[in-house]
Amino acid sequence: MSERLSYREALRQAHREALARDPRVFLMGEDVGRYGGSYAVSLGLLEEFGPERIRDAPLSELGFVGAGVGAALGGLRPIIEIMTVNFSLLALDQIVNTAAALRHMSGGQFHVPLVVRMATGAGRQLAAQHSHSLEGWYAHVPGLRVLAPATVSDARGMLWPALENPDPVVIFEHAQLYNLEEAAPASPVAIDICRAAIRRAGRDVTLIAYGGLMPRTLSAAERLAQEGIEAEVIDLRVLRPLDEATLIESVRRTHRAVIVDEGWRSGSLSAEVSARIMEQAFFDLDAPVQRVCTAEVPIPYAKHLEDAALPQAETIMAAVRSLFGDRPA
Amino acid sequence: MIDPVTARVSLARDDAIALVRQMLRIRRFEEACAELYGAGKIRGFLHLYIGEEAVAVGALGVLGPEEAVVATYREHGHALVRGLAARTIMAEMYGKATGCCHGHGGSMHLFDAASRFYGGNAIVGGGLPLAVGLALADRMQRRERVTACFFGDGAVAEGVFHESMNLAALWKLPVLFCCENNGYAMGTSLERSESQTDLCAKAESYRIPAQHVDGMDVVAVRQATETAATAVRSGQGPRFLEFRTYRFRAHSMFDPDLYRPKAEVEEWKKHGPLHTFTDRLKAQGLFTEADFERLEAEVGAEIAAAVAFAEASECEPVSDLLKDVTADAAPALAP
Repeated sequence: MSERLSYREALRQAHREALARDPRVFLMGEDVGRYGGSYAVSLGLLEEFGPERIRDAPLSELGFVGAGVGAALGGLRPIIEIMTVNFSLLALDQIVNTAAALRHMSGGQFHVPLVVRMATGAGRQLAAQHSHSLEGWYAHVPGLRVLAPATVSDARGMLWPALENPDPVVIFEHAQLYNLEEAAPASPVAIDICRAAIRRAGRDVTLIAYGGLMPRTLSAAERLAQEGIEAEVIDLRVLRPLDEATLIESVRRTHRAVIVDEGWRSGSLSAEVSARIMEQAFFDLDAPVQRVCTAEVPIPYAKHLEDAALPQAETIMAAVRSLFGDRPA
Repeated sequence: MIDPVTARVSLARDDAIALVRQMLRIRRFEEACAELYGAGKIRGFLHLYIGEEAVAVGALGVLGPEEAVVATYREHGHALVRGLAARTIMAEMYGKATGCCHGHGGSMHLFDAASRFYGGNAIVGGGLPLAVGLALADRMQRRERVTACFFGDGAVAEGVFHESMNLAALWKLPVLFCCENNGYAMGTSLERSESQTDLCAKAESYRIPAQHVDGMDVVAVRQATETAATAVRSGQGPRFLEFRTYRFRAHSMFDPDLYRPKAEVEEWKKHGPLHTFTDRLKAQGLFTEADFERLEAEVGAEIAAAVAFAEASECEPVSDLLKDVTADAAPALAP
């Protein structure tokens, strides 16, 4: 049995279930309570669970993320919401220097079961301080697990395993996905937060994407099929640690890879994925790995400029076609 | 700097001797560390607490075993008083597997789950929101206990200090903020970094009751902490104590100490927490030179044993390098 559910509702439902299931779980962040969440994920939860567990915090990202780390150490299971990845930079110290490091630094004595959720990505004309994709920075850091749900089912099913993870988990919700609607099971299906997912099977090329660019990557794959190119589409969904096995296995079958990443190309997650393919599947490749990334500019406000900066289905398709040279697939 | 409070307090002899012993342990332990640093046995950054011992000894003695302590990178003294064995601290500084953190942390990152000692935080101000969160967890789980958070005067310049003050006050959390004001943030004096040098005024601006305390007087420290901790435990919200103290040694072993006059250091040494206290006790007939010699011998033996333990201990095997990065079994080298 399945119902249509939006990504936002799926997240809200996941919160509701986690809050009901475990009294240690609470949500803290800016305007998560009375306002209902800046992206309305937590709308209604205050009335249901009260102000102690749906805790509005002042605009002090470093303070309340650090308090989340402390609360996790003190036996709770905090979910910290940060409005956007851009604002999370104010809290980076506590995430990187404390949450991610504490288990190792303390010789395994302490660990930080903390979930930090934040919106990410461009496409809503919010310009350079609300639109960036810095997931790759977080994916750089040992001690963190980094997730990017791109489907309604993943939005519903990743929160609980993230809360069960004994170490800090950062979850990126692309702002363009909140209104996405899909058929989703009536009860949540726990997602394996170690594995990438193959969203479309194909034999000619592996398209690797995640998060907000999944819908247009899948649409590019469908259009390429009309041209006779069957693309396999992998949703990374776990940005750290990378599920290399799934990636490499696919590339070994298709012999071609295109990585789609909303981050900037230089020093990006796409660079990391590309390097791993080179290291492990170089001799299986029929063509150089291609990348489709965001142009290296702070995201501009004007719609035509923002569109031009971001990977589009057409640019993804062009990158795929370039792998096949003159030969019709 | 003589607090009139202390002169009025009469101590039991055993109590007085216990305070001397703890201060002496820190002093001698750190003197040994400095020597071992010179000998190349201890590396990295080493920040000595010498001169500030009365703060850790006076304040931590007040806390119960279930209460939490968050400290800074100048935390050998706090760790010793909190109950970490001298040998496990020394082994940590040697980078040995028997160290409290298996040699992962070193001098700046001492941790101990058993005594709820949460470091060992070497980002200035980084421990403050941690303490706020620990206190939040106590509040939400209906436990009446204190989280004591130690930090220096340098931390008050950080934004996170202000964020943490506000959160603790706003939510009336059971945090005891213990500011160890030794006058210098590394080489920058308070006067050169703060427009408002009265640190209590900063806490009070968040409506946190605050008090200046003579941090060179172990009894004054203890008494102030006792009062503040009782208020915090009883649900009255956070308290802020500014302990005025001084470090006799340089900021770290790399610091040539060029930024403060020698005469200033010498003046503060006259108020050294150890000898002013023992002098007072002797005058009161509570303590003799023979007591001191006995304590010296006991403490000396403890430290010698700690050094021998560290020397003899094994190193963590390199095969365990990636252990404890996450809960998973050690991942392959490319994560």
